[in-house]
Amino acid sequence: MPLVSFHDVQKTYRSLQGVDYPALEHFSIDIEVGEFFCLLGPSGCGKTTVLKMLAGFETPTAGRILMDGRPVTSASRDRGVVFQGDDSLYGWLNAVENVEFGLRMRRVSRAERRERAMRYLELVGLRGQEQKYPAELSGGMKQRIQIARVLANEPKMLLMDEPFAALDAQTRSLMQLELANIWRATRTTVLFITHDIDEAVTLGKRIGVMRAGPRSQVKGVVEVSLNGARSRTDDAFLRYYKAVYEMIRDEVAKSLARAD
Amino acid sequence: MRLARRLWAAYGGYALGFASLFVIWQLASLYLVSSVLFAPPTVVFRKGLVLTRNGVLLAHLAASLQRILAGFVAGSLLGIPIGLAMGSFRPVRRLLEPYTEFLRFIPSVAMITVAVIWFGIGEASKVFLIIYTTIFIVILNTAAGVSAIAPNKIRAAESLGATRAQIFVHVALPATVPYILTGMRLAMANSFTTIVAAELIAANDGLGKMLWDGRLFMLVDEIFVSLVTLGLLGFATDRMFRWSIYTFAGKYSPAT
Repeated sequence: MPLVSFHDVQKTYRSLQGVDYPALEHFSIDIEVGEFFCLLGPSGCGKTTVLKMLAGFETPTAGRILMDGRPVTSASRDRGVVFQGDDSLYGWLNAVENVEFGLRMRRVSRAERRERAMRYLELVGLRGQEQKYPAELSGGMKQRIQIARVLANEPKMLLMDEPFAALDAQTRSLMQLELANIWRATRTTVLFITHDIDEAVTLGKRIGVMRAGPRSQVKGVVEVSLNGARSRTDDAFLRYYKAVYEMIRDEVAKSLARAD
Repeated sequence: MRLARRLWAAYGGYALGFASLFVIWQLASLYLVSSVLFAPPTVVFRKGLVLTRNGVLLAHLAASLQRILAGFVAGSLLGIPIGLAMGSFRPVRRLLEPYTEFLRFIPSVAMITVAVIWFGIGEASKVFLIIYTTIFIVILNTAAGVSAIAPNKIRAAESLGATRAQIFVHVALPATVPYILTGMRLAMANSFTTIVAAELIAANDGLGKMLWDGRLFMLVDEIFVSLVTLGLLGFATDRMFRWSIYTFAGKYSPAT
């Protein structure tokens, strides 16, 4: 049984003028336990909507979203979310206190939660920065805090909404490598949203390519069988890149045409 | 030597600014409007010293300060929870907004007449007026702070397993502190205006009463002593407020 499955999910937004916009229709995917699933699509295709519904922040208009066979009804600590921007961090708490937040809410003892938070701060490479406040840290470091905060809470899966999109190119590729290492070490199930093919091929075990909206759905799934660290210059890497590119090219063109 | 230079760099401008104020005042009263109606600073300071020695100034100062503090603290303690509730729950906002939106346009100075009729010229009417002038600013700022919280802060807490009550205490409240402090600082400035106006009209003591007596008996120097005291008091209070924000609530400070 897959860990998460979307069955024929539909999501319609109503504008303030009362006009319905069908963002998603007949959207179905399965995500297996321990898998790194990338959802790739042109901007405005509804990929963030998929994540928000699985997180429990929004409810589908029709269809079913199941986790462990039970319908998703609200946010839960089973599904930890890493947001794109840094506005989810708590500016009045320092790095380690941010990471401890979930454990503190569950009343884990002070000593134990500090020990666990420090372990995850070390895992994301923030040792020595634990006393700093988010305002004192760079964009890359703030995303590391978010990742450590979610991992320390030990959720069943990670939902990541374009977490590196706002970072500069060098920091981004460094963060991708580190996330790949963290995933290999922890084997947590991940749903990773991105519009960047390179990022999807670097990280994903499977890549779900979405159609341009409205009525978006999964166009196809590419299985990436590359083991260990991936290199952008490998022939195999380029083959996957091309395969995904062929699939998404028309969709990007459609979404651009619609934007004009 | 190095300490002197550092002190000069930190406070030199201030010292110079204040000094020039008094120099200009002195020159103006000597040469520009040389009149008994415009007291020079030297005369005012001498008078201030006399009034300090015989305890009159301190008695008035204490009276005004006591009223401001009582009303300001009570107004803030009432305003903060009301603002939090209005910002957090739509029905509460709907219910209370008519009050806040209507009453905040009636200046506290205009309420002096009813305050005196209701509470007499004693302490109660003054404290009521300071509460009145404090509460709306604190409510509005607190409610604005709650609605300015980034939705992702709440969502992150939800998916980390926090309950609604925990989100209120650990996310909404601390995220709103800078707005609350800003509201309180503005309210403090308003309190000074209100207390003087109230004491001018009906009081047995206080800095406003001192002004009024000065007018009645043509004691221009006493009027000036009261004015200077008000200026210094307001300045000192605001600095203290700022200082305590940075010292005790640095990470909540409105500046960052």
